[in-house]
Amino acid sequence: MTNLTNLSSARENAQIMNRFELIKRLTSKLHANEAVIGGIGNNNFDLWANGQRPENFYMLGSMGLTIPIALGVALAQPQRRVFALEGDGSLLMQLGALGTVAKTALKNLTIIIFDNGMYQITGKQPTLTDSCVDFVNVAQGSGLTQSYWARDNTHFEQLIDDALTKDGPHFIATRIDDKTPTVSTDRDPVKIRLGFMQALSIHR
Amino acid sequence: MTTEKSINTQQETWYEIVLRVLKSNDVSLITYVPDKVLAPLIKVLHADPYFTVIAPAREEEAIGIITGSYMAGLKGITLMQTSGFATLANVLASLAVPFQIPVLMMISERGTLGEFQVGQAIVCKTMRPVLNTLGIENYAIERINDVEFIVDNMIKQAFATQTPAAMILSPLLTKR
Repeated sequence: MTNLTNLSSARENAQIMNRFELIKRLTSKLHANEAVIGGIGNNNFDLWANGQRPENFYMLGSMGLTIPIALGVALAQPQRRVFALEGDGSLLMQLGALGTVAKTALKNLTIIIFDNGMYQITGKQPTLTDSCVDFVNVAQGSGLTQSYWARDNTHFEQLIDDALTKDGPHFIATRIDDKTPTVSTDRDPVKIRLGFMQALSIHR
Repeated sequence: MTTEKSINTQQETWYEIVLRVLKSNDVSLITYVPDKVLAPLIKVLHADPYFTVIAPAREEEAIGIITGSYMAGLKGITLMQTSGFATLANVLASLAVPFQIPVLMMISERGTLGEFQVGQAIVCKTMRPVLNTLGIENYAIERINDVEFIVDNMIKQAFATQTPAAMILSPLLTKR
């Protein structure tokens, strides 16, 4: 399997998958109260639609900050694995965060990118990944050596298994379709935060 | 002995006081984008193993990191200069304020009292209107004798009331 993982990282070799289905495959493997930080818009809508785990945090604004928030959680609780779910438009806003993740080198942090090459929620305008930016190349160039395109659903699951058993940081990029989520997240920031903190055993 | 001690206390610099007050309030995570005025504080924080110090690429990232760490039980503060604060309106308005996160900010005030760059001088004028519009508690520290009182009480109030706080380091404190 390691050999398969090390095959060409090019974006065009990755099969186009579905965000809801991928999140379902991820959350079905989470049995140790892992934290999941959902980026704005469709990323956290599909996370929400997959069952509202108390250890999920749904970011409602602050586009681009999913990875820094996840880094903060991972730093504070090194025994807990933390996943950041981010879209292509969001990551393009905060590429420097990849270098920060590489530099801090937290073993318990995994970044998952859902890349459909468009600002889907605002009218499907193309993002830079549609033409020239390859996130795995950017991540590797930022110092994240364990960075891969998930070639298909099976490969995605293998990469998640690695993220759950091996030291990170891990970077997993996926290509996805433009299917619209069926529901959207309840927008109550304080309720989201308090539920998340309680799930992380933080009481003030 | 008592006399010597009080002399030593008087000689404590603003950044030594800040370091001490951060420790006494269990604020051990520092995220910053550097600034010349903050440089001595950054230096002593790096040198002290009590602190975890992270220097991300942008101030937004720095705020995101201490937001995540707060929710997971680790208290942090972001250090920046005025022009860095000017990049934060969206993040404060959509993350720190509505989620009621006690985001601590220490901002060195550039662009006033002897500034030579016009851009710094203009961006400086946006800082207080943004803070006040968002209802974020802010105080400028102008005298060495006020450093401990303002920093200590702003930190305590931020965590007690779960609201962001901006501690502004005035040139009156740092430039004289």
